[in-house]
Amino acid sequence: MSNTIKHSIYFLLIMALQVLALNHMNLGGYLNPYVYVLFLLVLPVHINKSLLLLLGFTTGLCMDYFGNTLGLHASASVLLAFMRPSVIQLFFKNLDFSERESPMISRVGFMGFLKYTFVLVFSHHLLLFYLEVLSFTDGVQTLLAVLLSSLLSTAVIMILVLIFGSRKT
Amino acid sequence: MRNLFLFLKKNQFFVIFVVLQLVSLSLLFNSYSYHKSLSFNTVSDFRGMVFSSYDAIVDYFYLRAENEALVEENARLRSQQSVVVSDQDSVVGIHDTLYQYVAADVVSNTVHRRNNFITINKGKLAGVEKEMGVISGTGIAGIVIGVSDNYALIMSLLHQNAIISARIKKNQHLVNVAWKTRDHTTGMVIDIPSHIQLVEGDTILSSGNSLIFPKDIMIGTIIDHQKSASKGLEEATLKFSTEFNRLGHVYIIKNQHKEEQQQLLNPEQGSNE
Repeated sequence: MSNTIKHSIYFLLIMALQVLALNHMNLGGYLNPYVYVLFLLVLPVHINKSLLLLLGFTTGLCMDYFGNTLGLHASASVLLAFMRPSVIQLFFKNLDFSERESPMISRVGFMGFLKYTFVLVFSHHLLLFYLEVLSFTDGVQTLLAVLLSSLLSTAVIMILVLIFGSRKT
Repeated sequence: MRNLFLFLKKNQFFVIFVVLQLVSLSLLFNSYSYHKSLSFNTVSDFRGMVFSSYDAIVDYFYLRAENEALVEENARLRSQQSVVVSDQDSVVGIHDTLYQYVAADVVSNTVHRRNNFITINKGKLAGVEKEMGVISGTGIAGIVIGVSDNYALIMSLLHQNAIISARIKKNQHLVNVAWKTRDHTTGMVIDIPSHIQLVEGDTILSSGNSLIFPKDIMIGTIIDHQKSASKGLEEATLKFSTEFNRLGHVYIIKNQHKEEQQQLLNPEQGSNE
């Protein structure tokens, strides 16, 4: 299966999960898992960097479309896409990835993928939540929401990757 | 010039990042203004369909609660009607021609975001237009800010730009209601003149000044009013009468004389608020 088609299918499945299920979770307002970033996390390591940014922007805009938050998720996702190459460089610089290979548990190990996911998810959520509130008046409360939501998003992503990851090549 | 292009090409990744961030942020800040969100929000039937297919499944779980709410509302309407008809028949006549109510189902609704929106399954084809008021069975719910053929997007009262002109029932003083708390059951009454003392249980109604909502629609009741030392306008906490967390059915209010009223108020340009 062509890589483009494979990742397009991931995109549709992950967006459907986010929009139809996770967006409706009401866990007291503190816990909003944003798992859709998984699509950006599992793109091939050697993807064209500019394309990566554009994909981040598009993914974010799709989320904004369903959540009436024009620009909010776009901004956070573009940040994630911008940080991804550096984070990969930081954590996995000893590994040689082939042309089409994605950072997967089978390749980078459970802890490796966990670190990679949490750092990027946390940065994404940090920008997202503060942009949404647009003030630092209840900064501690927001930080708590960022932290708890990041942990939840990371946990859900790890579960998804453990369930479906083994079948991905 | 050539150097500039070389520089841009060399730093392509960073430049694209900055450009995309600027686009995102400008979209975001535009959407935070009430008036801009009116022109910015494009509602499409596609999104409505996605939400209503989800809603069709989830709805079954809430049928019981929904039925109870409808029964309560029915009972209240019945009692109201008997009072009104015997009391002031002519007023009812005027109100009937002035306002028309369109019933709609909520297909999507959030309460935990900083800015919350409601999507309903009635749109242009049912006569819904932008800037129409939306009420639940128990009180004010929001304002329509976007319509497609079959769906409409509503700015919930739980939105930082939603400010409703209101009136204190006991003394008819004008105030405003805004959502400053992050709790979906309570909001703030703002701009209270400093000589007014509100007590727990005081009722806050819509003022009827805004062309969007008719007069005397319930907004909520006061739960706390702390007098501040300063002499300026004061704030009090109120409990919304609408239960945003279990919003199932809403009514859109069509003001038949809106254009006429608007022209009188503002002959130059037809904007309000």
